[in-house]
Amino acid sequence: MNEFFVALGQQHFLQMALLAGLLASVGCGLVGTFVVVKRITFLAGGIAHSVLAGMGAAAYYGFDPLMGALVAAVVSALLIGWIHLNWRTQEDTLIGALWAIGMAVGLLFISRTPGYNTNLFSYLFGNILLVPERDIWFMGALDLVLLLVVLLFFRQFLAVIFDEEYARLRGVPVTFFYLLLLCLIAVTVVLMIHVVGLILVIALLTLPAAIAGHYVHSLGGMMVIATLLGGVFTTAGLALSYGPDLPAGPTIILLAGGAYVLSVLLNRLLIQHRVRRSLGD
Amino acid sequence: MNPVIELSQVSFSYGLVPVLQNISLQVEPGEFLGLVGPNAGGKSTLLKLVLGLLKPQRGSVKVLGSRPTQARRRIGYVPQYPGFARDFPVSVEQVVLLGRLGAGRMPGFFSVADRKAAHQALEEVEAADLAGRQIGALSGGQLQRVLLARALVAQPDILILDEPTANIDMRLESDIFDELKVLNRRMTILVVSHDIAFISGYVHRVACLNRTLVCHETRAIQGDLVQALYGGQVRRVEHHHNHDHEHDFPASQAHP
Repeated sequence: MNEFFVALGQQHFLQMALLAGLLASVGCGLVGTFVVVKRITFLAGGIAHSVLAGMGAAAYYGFDPLMGALVAAVVSALLIGWIHLNWRTQEDTLIGALWAIGMAVGLLFISRTPGYNTNLFSYLFGNILLVPERDIWFMGALDLVLLLVVLLFFRQFLAVIFDEEYARLRGVPVTFFYLLLLCLIAVTVVLMIHVVGLILVIALLTLPAAIAGHYVHSLGGMMVIATLLGGVFTTAGLALSYGPDLPAGPTIILLAGGAYVLSVLLNRLLIQHRVRRSLGD
Repeated sequence: MNPVIELSQVSFSYGLVPVLQNISLQVEPGEFLGLVGPNAGGKSTLLKLVLGLLKPQRGSVKVLGSRPTQARRRIGYVPQYPGFARDFPVSVEQVVLLGRLGAGRMPGFFSVADRKAAHQALEEVEAADLAGRQIGALSGGQLQRVLLARALVAQPDILILDEPTANIDMRLESDIFDELKVLNRRMTILVVSHDIAFISGYVHRVACLNRTLVCHETRAIQGDLVQALYGGQVRRVEHHHNHDHEHDFPASQAHP
């Protein structure tokens, strides 16, 4: 740990890594909260995994993989939204299919791209120590977009996530905001690719918000706490993995997962305690 | 005066199952109309047509002279089964505020005027003290009041309630209906109920729906009508409602 903080003062790449983690946590907070409360983790998983198709294609044709990821994520979000709105009875299977097809397409592209092994591994599991400075700026821009959209339309998002039918009756364009929400998830997935990779994104997206949900009971509160928790997990994961040279992504996820399990148990105990107290024991 | 709600020759079916056949109904301004009928008789479907959530396969629905989708912002609606999870992290005040959406600006947060309106609406249903509570911490009767406040907060011209007393304590039933009677002085009310004997003490007119529709002045409601509506033998039960009820709702009345 100490070694990490000494190195952090000297090494530019570590500072970039730390910054990448913090930038990603904004996504944990803002969008993770929506995903957890609306219970659309599976949809978000579909978006995240099918992004590999875009990253593979971008790598193959020589574009910036993160740009390819963004395009693929938005396309996949809109496709999943369209499935949800029009094919609800087969939604489950269709999203599962999209999930796997996206990965298959990505894997084929990557297999045809020279030097694919390192790329593939960092796409799937992240490589926070190799974030280029250019991508930090890109991530910062994505955070700005997220923040702006969520702040401007917080009421509409709350209405659509809380009670779609009533939102529709109040004249809120429900379909538009639903699709916009999925696009925000797409943006967040791209934000987190460098930090934990496509496969692990779902955990970083949902676990901080889920933990926050145990202790605060408003969307705004959950967003703040989840952002802070995201920052703690990415920073601590980076610090813990640095000395023994472990991959940072899985370390971050294990920290988040461990904290979540502890929180679930603690929360259950708290509820039992409160019930017992209210019964006058 | 033009009718507030006008259905003419409306038919609707889910797939091949006909739910409403050739329904015509006019609701006059200021009217308090009860809609009764057996389960699966089409009551909720009729409400959804009026709210523009469904489109009739035949016939036309007009609300305040225009299409339901245009007029529905001027309707306050209290659903039988609210479309949200009870453990949703949201306060009572925020739920009521959401009823103000569509009234003002698109972007931004709720305004001072919105908050004032929400407070007034909660006050009107005698639930101002619940404003800071979580929506999941309410009893059945309290939740019903909050949903009524959400419907009232945008100052609707029409109030539509689907079984407003199905999930709450019998004694609170008359509380709610007394309140509706007061609200009826300034808005048209359409209320769905399964309890024809009970609501006939409050409403001006009863519309009986079982795929087709028959309207009755409340004075004319007799046992044979109930029998014709529900089919077969129906035992008549005299209801004696106690109108001296208290206005606080202890937790013991919470609906599971």
